[in-house]
Amino acid sequence: MEKKNGHGMLSKIGYKRMTVEDLFLDIFIYISLLFLCVVTLYPFINTIAYSFNDAIDSVRGGIYLWPRQFTLRNYEKILVGNKAISQALFISVSRTVIGGFTGVFATLCVAYVLSRRDFVFRKVTPFLVFTMYFSGGLIPTFILMRDLRLINTFWVYILPTMVGAYNIMFMRSYIEGIPDSFTEAAKIDGASEYRILFTIIFPLSLPIVATITLFVAVQQWNAWFDTMIYNGMNPKLTTLQYELQKLLTSALSIAASDSDAVLASGDSQRAAVTPMSIRTAMTVISVTPILFVYPFLQKYFIRGLTLGGVKG
Amino acid sequence: MTVLNENIRAKTSLNRKDTIWKKIVKQRQLLVLSVPFMIFVLVFNYLPIWGWIMAFQKFVPGKGIFGSEFVGLANFKEAFTDSNFINAIRNTLLTSILKISTSFVSAILLALMLNEVRARLFKRIVQTISYLPYFISWVVAVSIVYMVLSPSSGIVNEILVALGLIKTPIAFLGEGKYFYGVVALSNVWKNVGWNAIIYLAAMTGIDPEIYESAIMDGAGRIRRIISVTLPSIMPTIKLMLILNLGNLMNVGFEQVYLLSNPSNIDASRTIDVYIYTYALRSGRLSYGTAIGIFNSTVAITLINICNYISKKIDGYGIF
Repeated sequence: MEKKNGHGMLSKIGYKRMTVEDLFLDIFIYISLLFLCVVTLYPFINTIAYSFNDAIDSVRGGIYLWPRQFTLRNYEKILVGNKAISQALFISVSRTVIGGFTGVFATLCVAYVLSRRDFVFRKVTPFLVFTMYFSGGLIPTFILMRDLRLINTFWVYILPTMVGAYNIMFMRSYIEGIPDSFTEAAKIDGASEYRILFTIIFPLSLPIVATITLFVAVQQWNAWFDTMIYNGMNPKLTTLQYELQKLLTSALSIAASDSDAVLASGDSQRAAVTPMSIRTAMTVISVTPILFVYPFLQKYFIRGLTLGGVKG
Repeated sequence: MTVLNENIRAKTSLNRKDTIWKKIVKQRQLLVLSVPFMIFVLVFNYLPIWGWIMAFQKFVPGKGIFGSEFVGLANFKEAFTDSNFINAIRNTLLTSILKISTSFVSAILLALMLNEVRARLFKRIVQTISYLPYFISWVVAVSIVYMVLSPSSGIVNEILVALGLIKTPIAFLGEGKYFYGVVALSNVWKNVGWNAIIYLAAMTGIDPEIYESAIMDGAGRIRRIISVTLPSIMPTIKLMLILNLGNLMNVGFEQVYLLSNPSNIDASRTIDVYIYTYALRSGRLSYGTAIGIFNSTVAITLINICNYISKKIDGYGIF
């Protein structure tokens, strides 16, 4: 990171003789990158605009960057007095918090142990790495969950993904980089491994712990497939992403043609919503937490990523 | 002589055993920290292999693995006469190859371009924006893709019509022939920024002196990109290519499943999707397991081949 940036030097030389080639290359690059930004951001902005637009008016299309007939009704419909969604929100938050905490705790413990060069069973590492590339398959896993009585429980969200090989390898290579001198004094004093881990290693590993916490939390928040196959029938245990997925699938299966006809809105004309308006509002709700943690996340993950790298 | 040898052997093996036990006792705290979690790995990642027995049975959930009738290779034989499964293999390979090549090329291109940007603020803004979609779920991403590609209000169709490239809006998700393209492009949209990080990291490691001497030799910027930057990140490119090829059978279930619907199923039926929509949902568990084993076996073989090649070329593999 602290390395001399090659371009600092290049720019000094480069600006002196700005050739036609340089100019065209610059124009090409800046336009391409701006295009990338627009292509990345526009769909988000467009979805947000639709989510704040009157549902019936939206059917006409032609909404781009901001709503034409502003309304909060779509959100109201989802968030106020909708038991299913508030329950799903509660489960999503719970699995993110509990899953995040347990996942990071497990990762830290295993990573520390595997980082120890003198550990008796250090040779089990490939056994862990292998799980990154191998899975027993959907159906055998499903049968296993059934036999373990995890189906229709909250714990099916937490236990199977708690120990993630990728995160462990990641954190291990960070911990391995901590000089032994930090722990030596404690060892001579006869401190327990727990003490060394939680009072010395843990504070020194905070950047990577933060990165992994956010990785695990984002993964938990974004998960929907486990909800669908294990708890899809149980309205008490569904998650926000799964509810969104249901809306999406029902919209997609009517696909191609214009599916967003006005939904029978229940009480009154005033409360009219369409599948599309509800879907856009749900999309915005499920992406908002990510947008909030993202700036904090970004600070760490590049360093973490380049540091952990792809090496096993 | 033999007695002596035996003695020595007994002694050393005893000694070795001793040290292992001693070590275990000494490191019991480390074991307390790791063994419970390793049991989780064993249970959730390896125990499912036990279920592979189902593939050789006519598995009935009520009877369990012990009570179900064995049918030999019948499920595997059925798979290779099942036209839907053959179609699934084809779709998996096609989607995968298209996805790997597009994401690969786009990530390298983005990294090369970002590396040429001198304005630091601009560079940082582009990076921040381009990483963002990586962190949203595929549910959200597909929901957004669906908005953008919608024939009635989607921007893509509006632009194509306005430019006169097409006369009437296209239902991109309603026809099989557009499906692979939609998968590949939406994957690029979601992951290109993230995938570029690894190449950018490799580029920061390039010695500035190499660039300087290239300038001395009269190399322009494009020449420098081709003759300095690209060769310098070649090891990374090679490694990533090998890793990606190892994942050839793994197209990414979530994305494909969410984009699939009855009208594009002939293109969207990948092996994973087929196992879920056909085998699991209609209760053909044995058959689905057999297909899954086929998939896992091919995947493991590919990964091992790629790992072997990687070790040969770069001296280190993934495991």
